[in-house]
Amino acid sequence: MADGHKPKNKGSGAAKTAKTAKTAKDPESAVTGKAGQGRPAPRLTVRKTYKLYLGGAFPRSESGRCSPVTSSDGAHLANVSLASRKDARDAVAAARKAFGGWSARTAYNRGQILYRIAEVLEGRREQFAAALTDALGLSRADAAATVGAAVDRWVYYAGWTDKFTQVLGGANPVAGPFHNQSTPEPVGVVAVFAPQGAPLLGLTSVLAPVIATGNTAVVVSSERAPLPSIDLAEVLATSDLPGGVVNVLTGRSAEIGPHLAAHADVDALDLTGAGEAAVELEEAAATTLTRVLRPGPGSDGGEEAWRGTDPGTSRMRPFLETKTVWHPVGV
Amino acid sequence: MNLDYAPAPESRSVVALRPNYALFVDGEFTPAESGEHLTTLNPADETELARFAVAGPADVDRAVAAARRAHEEVWGPMPGAERGKYLFRIARIIQERSRELAVLESLDNGKPIKETRDVDLPLVAAHFFYHAGWADKLAHAGLGPDPRPLGVAAQVIPWNFPLLMLAWKVAPALATGNTVVLKPAETTPLTALVFAEICQEADLPPGVVNIITGAGETGRALVEHPGTDKVAFTGSTEVGRSIARSVAGTGKRLTLELGGKGANIVYDDAALDQAVEGIVSGIFFNQGHVCCAGSRLLVQESIADELLPRLRDRVSLLRLGDPLDKNTDLGAINSAAQLERIRDLAAVGEREGAERWSAPCDLPASGYWFAPTILTGVSQAHRVAREEIFGPVLSVLTFRTPEEAVAKANNTPYGLSAGVWTEKGSRMMWTAQRLRAGVVWSNTFNRFDPASPFGGYKESGYGREGGRHGLEAYLG
Repeated sequence: MADGHKPKNKGSGAAKTAKTAKTAKDPESAVTGKAGQGRPAPRLTVRKTYKLYLGGAFPRSESGRCSPVTSSDGAHLANVSLASRKDARDAVAAARKAFGGWSARTAYNRGQILYRIAEVLEGRREQFAAALTDALGLSRADAAATVGAAVDRWVYYAGWTDKFTQVLGGANPVAGPFHNQSTPEPVGVVAVFAPQGAPLLGLTSVLAPVIATGNTAVVVSSERAPLPSIDLAEVLATSDLPGGVVNVLTGRSAEIGPHLAAHADVDALDLTGAGEAAVELEEAAATTLTRVLRPGPGSDGGEEAWRGTDPGTSRMRPFLETKTVWHPVGV
Repeated sequence: MNLDYAPAPESRSVVALRPNYALFVDGEFTPAESGEHLTTLNPADETELARFAVAGPADVDRAVAAARRAHEEVWGPMPGAERGKYLFRIARIIQERSRELAVLESLDNGKPIKETRDVDLPLVAAHFFYHAGWADKLAHAGLGPDPRPLGVAAQVIPWNFPLLMLAWKVAPALATGNTVVLKPAETTPLTALVFAEICQEADLPPGVVNIITGAGETGRALVEHPGTDKVAFTGSTEVGRSIARSVAGTGKRLTLELGGKGANIVYDDAALDQAVEGIVSGIFFNQGHVCCAGSRLLVQESIADELLPRLRDRVSLLRLGDPLDKNTDLGAINSAAQLERIRDLAAVGEREGAERWSAPCDLPASGYWFAPTILTGVSQAHRVAREEIFGPVLSVLTFRTPEEAVAKANNTPYGLSAGVWTEKGSRMMWTAQRLRAGVVWSNTFNRFDPASPFGGYKESGYGREGGRHGLEAYLG
C-alpha cells in the first residue's frame, strides 16, 4: 500500500514518473543497464494490470482491447480495459443476478458492509491520494482531503441504509377501514455514468446512494480518469460486498452507453457523467421507460464540486420505487 | 325465482348539456382558432351528446401563455394558504354539483351511475380537499425547507376516469403553486368542461386552469410545447414511451401513469367468498377500463376447481346495461375502437388455446357492450396474459407454490398493481414484499384514496400520484 508513494512506482506520483521517463524511458531498462556494475539493482516495480470488475471478479474485456491512460500532464500511467457491448451485457446480467440477494439483505447488514467499505478505503488513503494526484494533478493536500471526504461519504450512506425507509415511507391515513402503508424499494439495476472529473469522491457520491438503497450498479467509469474506479473496485471486492452488486466498466462511454441505456434489464440511469450524450441516452431510455437522473449542477466539476454538501435523500429518491400495501382492518 | 329488477334510472334532468363546448383558456370559454370540432357520443346508445372544439397549435400557445402569465403574476406569488382556500372552495362546489357530474360522467363515459356516484365523485372532491391542505404546508413535505413550484404543467388524461384523473392531476399541481393546461380524452371531455365552469364559479384567477379539448394531435402539441415545465400523462404505455422520448433533453419534469397487467394471487387458504368478490371488483369494476385492474387471476392449483365455478356463478349475477340505472354493475365500453380491441384480444385468447366463458347476459341492441368474460387455461406465453386488454376480460392461470405465484406475477413488463388473498399474515407480507408493483391490495382490490400514493414500477410509468409522495412530481 505504502509503495504508492515511491516515485518510481508506475501508476503513482505521475509528475515524478514523467521526469523519470525523460531520462530513462522504462525503469526496467534502467535496471538492466545498471546490472553487473557492482551496485545493488533498485527493486523492479510490480505494475498493476487494470481490468474490469464484473460479478465480483476482475476479468479483461472479452474484446481483448485496452487503451493507455495518461496523467494530467500527459505521462503514461497504465492501460485500462476497453469494455465492449458484450462486457456491458455481462455486467447487467451480473447486476441483475445480484439484485435479489442484495435488496433482500437487512438494512442493517447493508449498512455494515458500506461501513466496511469506508474502513478498507481509510486504510488505503495514501494509495488513493497518489492515484488522484496522478489522474487529476491534485496537490497532495487536495488529494488527501478528497480521499478523506470519499471515506466520509461511504460512512454517511452506511448510516442511511436503515433510515431512508422511515424517512421516505410511512402510514397513509386513508378514509376507510384499511391499514395502508408506503415503503420505498430499490428500483433494480442502475447504470451509473460516473462524473468525468471526479473519479473518487464524485464516483463515491453517485455510487454509494445507489447501493445503500439496495440497488445494484453497473458503473461506466470516468473516461478521462478511469484508474481510481478500478482501485475502488478492489476495495469493494474486499469489503464483503457481494459480487455483482457493483460492476465497473472502463472504456468509451459513447460505445457502451447506448447499449446500457436501451437495455431492457436496466431499470434506471444516472447520467451525471454522461456529458453531451445525456440527451441521446435519455431518449434511448424511453423505450423501456427506464428511470433517468439527469446531470445536475456541478456534474462536470472536479472532486471539489462534490465536497462538503449534505446530499440528503436527493440521490437516493430517483432510484427508489414507492410500494403501497393495503389491508382491510376488521375482526 | 324471478330476480329481475324493475328499471331504476337516475334522472338526466340534473345535467344541462350544451350543444357546443368551447376551449377554456385564461378564464373564459373561447372557440378554437381553426373552428374545428369533434363530437362526443353516449357509448350506451351511440347518440350524440355534444360537440366540442379541437384545439390546434395556436390555441395551445394561447393556453400555455395564459398559464405562464397566471403562474408568474398571480398563482406563484400567492401565499399557500390562499391557494389552499381556492382548492377548498373548488372541493365544496364539486360536492354540491356531484350528482350532476356523476350523471354527466356516466353519460359521456358509459360507466354505471353506481360507480360515478359512489366512487368517482367522492374521490374527486376528496382529492381537492386533501391537496388544499397541503398548499401552505409544503415545507413539511420532506422535500426541503422551501420547495418551489415548477411553473406550467401540461397534463393529458385518459377516458376511463375522466374527472377523477383530472383531480389527480390538477389538485396537486395547483396546491404546489403550478398552473395547468389540461387536455381531457376526446371521448370524454364533458366533465372537464364543467370543471372549467366550477373554476369560474370559484373565482379562480384566469389562466390558473386551462382546459383544451381535442384528440391525439392536440395532446402532442401540448406535451411538446416548449413553454411548459412539466408533463404529466396518464394513458397507454405506447404513448408514454413517445412522450418520454420527446421530453428528453428539454429539462421538463415528467410523470407517467401507464398500463398494467395486474396479478391477483389467490392462495389455497384464502377466504373464498371474499376472494371472489375481490376478483370481480378487480377486473369488472369500470368494465375493466382500469390500468390497475386485476386482469390476471393466479389461483393456487389445489383450489382452482372450487373457486372457478363460484366465480362464474357470481359473474353471472352481474347486471349489465343502462349506465344510469342504479342497479347496473357493468356499463358500456367507452368507444367503438376500444370494443374492437377487446373483441380482438379475447378472440386471440381463444385461438391461442384458452377456454372462454362469458356471462349469459343480454347485450343492448345499440351502444358498445361486452359481456364479462373469463378465460381459463391461460399460459404465460398467451397474449391475453401479457397484453393489457383494458376491458372486462379475466385471464386465469394457476400456480402450485408461493415462489411460483410471485415469479408469474412479476413476469410482465408492467408493475402497477397486484392482489394477494390469504388468511395467513406472514404469507401476505412475504408475497407483498416480493411483488414488483406500486400498489398491492391484500384481501381487497381497487381501493383508492387521495392520501395513498399510486403509480407503477417498470413500464407502468414513473412517479406517484397522491399522498405526500405525489407532491414531489410538482416541486423543484
